[in-house]
Amino acid sequence: MNVIKAEGLTRVFTGRPDRKNRLRRSRHVAVDHLDLSVEAGESVGYIGANGAGKSTTIKMLVGILVPTSGMVTTVGLHPLKQRRALARRIGVVFGQRSQLWWDLPVRESFSILSAIHGLSAADERTRTAELVDMLEMGEFLTTPVRQLSLGQRMRAEVAAALLHRPELLILDEPTIGLDVLSKQRLREFLVTQRREHGTTLLLTTHDMGDVERLCDRILVVDHGRLAFDGTLDGLARTVGARRELVVDLATATGDLVDLDGAEHVRSESGGLRQRLAFDPQRTTAARVLAAVSERAEVLDLSITEPDIEDVVREIYRATRR
Amino acid sequence: MAEPEERRRARVLRAYRAVLASRARSQASHRASFRMDLVGAVLVGLIEFTEIWVLYSATDQIGGFTLAQIMLVFGLSDLAFSLADLAAGHCDNLPQYVRAGTLDVFFLRPQPLLAQLMTSDLSLRRIGRCLVGATALTVGLVLNDIDWGIGTVGLLVLALVSGFVIFTAQFVTAAGLQFFLINGSEMTNAFVYGGRYAATQPAVVWPRALLLVFGVIFPVAFTAYLPVSTLLGVPGPLGLPTWLGWCAPVAALWAVTVAGLCWRWGLRHYRGAGG
Repeated sequence: MNVIKAEGLTRVFTGRPDRKNRLRRSRHVAVDHLDLSVEAGESVGYIGANGAGKSTTIKMLVGILVPTSGMVTTVGLHPLKQRRALARRIGVVFGQRSQLWWDLPVRESFSILSAIHGLSAADERTRTAELVDMLEMGEFLTTPVRQLSLGQRMRAEVAAALLHRPELLILDEPTIGLDVLSKQRLREFLVTQRREHGTTLLLTTHDMGDVERLCDRILVVDHGRLAFDGTLDGLARTVGARRELVVDLATATGDLVDLDGAEHVRSESGGLRQRLAFDPQRTTAARVLAAVSERAEVLDLSITEPDIEDVVREIYRATRR
Repeated sequence: MAEPEERRRARVLRAYRAVLASRARSQASHRASFRMDLVGAVLVGLIEFTEIWVLYSATDQIGGFTLAQIMLVFGLSDLAFSLADLAAGHCDNLPQYVRAGTLDVFFLRPQPLLAQLMTSDLSLRRIGRCLVGATALTVGLVLNDIDWGIGTVGLLVLALVSGFVIFTAQFVTAAGLQFFLINGSEMTNAFVYGGRYAATQPAVVWPRALLLVFGVIFPVAFTAYLPVSTLLGVPGPLGLPTWLGWCAPVAALWAVTVAGLCWRWGLRHYRGAGG
């Protein structure tokens, strides 16, 4: 079954009338004839530059915005005509706007949301307990939402969106601003949630780590059009998404060229720091490090993930050519 | 999946009750500040009444109404307005809700948007205002020579319910218009709070333009002045019949229609469906 189906989905924003020419209005095509279908159980990363049309698409999927043209169904429902029925079957987390009541303890927000979704008292208890356990929320369950750390609040938001066991979970920038550990926890939870309940995931993100660990399919949107639709491997093949190993050496060394599986990017401080790019599909950081150690003494190292902006830029370049 | 009507209603009500109860609890938890708010609300109500009292210290009658009679008008309209304020006053917060994205969150819940907006808050301090209105109304009823009967009581209840509906509709109308008017609350306040003030006065003293605005478009004259005229047997303004006060429900229906249209229109605009 198609959990999400869009055909020719288009959204045009018209600005205020021009001051000089009243008949002319500025037009901005945010989503441009987008065709999209997501099957039940899939986990889809929806990525693109700022203003590429991600949020607009999501707002149309959940019934906040009206499409200018084209059609869209979410879990088989019409988002505008059947908004209320849809709300019972999907969960949405907007990283920037909260579902919770800021002046109430987390537990109370959950109990109000349970009432809103019409969960029975028994169902509310088991579901809340399950989510509290999995997202490790026990220690802050009685804390008012306004006093939570960002990581805690995000976990509470995700739990709030999942209380009514939605079949589709939409996450808009779920890990933005979180520290490494919080991100990791949240990702692990989402993977488990998907495995155990078959929840379909659609997430927008600027974090390559989210995409790598959570998504088995990636959609790249550019100027409201689909620029890429495929797997992470396919994306890496298309743009050559490489990791970079940065090594600090004990002594100034000549450029580390001709290393097995890694390519020298550039040297800094007269060769004390060197950057080496490698393809994680073909080799590992450990192997590259071993090869470097044969030639020089390594004092310190760090690995930089490919930046999602770079990946997106590469895709844009490839498709616009 | 047929659900018995009763169970369905219980489930629907539970959702609103849960939100409202939480709002009330959170205010009750700050006792000192709640008491101050309550006292403040009572004071504002008293000051508004003093204003009328000062006017009457200069003259015995305004628009054919004595101070005792105007007490009835003030009490009835102020009570209706305070109750409406309690139920829907926070519709004024819509621009903040839009800016903070709270409104988008409403879209993600299986309740009608307007019902969610109206039950999103409950300012208990507004009960203070209700007390002022209720007291003025009671005093007015005692001071005036009223021919008590089923008709009189019926008219009062009808006026109070219609007044509540009219003022609530004004708040919703204002909210609907807020979708278009960024920072337009000054404009909408003019008829919401201006209307409240106008409702406490005898409409005969209004200039024609004001009669059109607050007698017909935003029919606050029907919340108190016209029903009280009927109650006391005072002829209406411009030779209008005395029984006009019984038409308050018609005015309420009209106000609800306008509010419904404005709200839908505003929401369409917000969702970008044109309008």
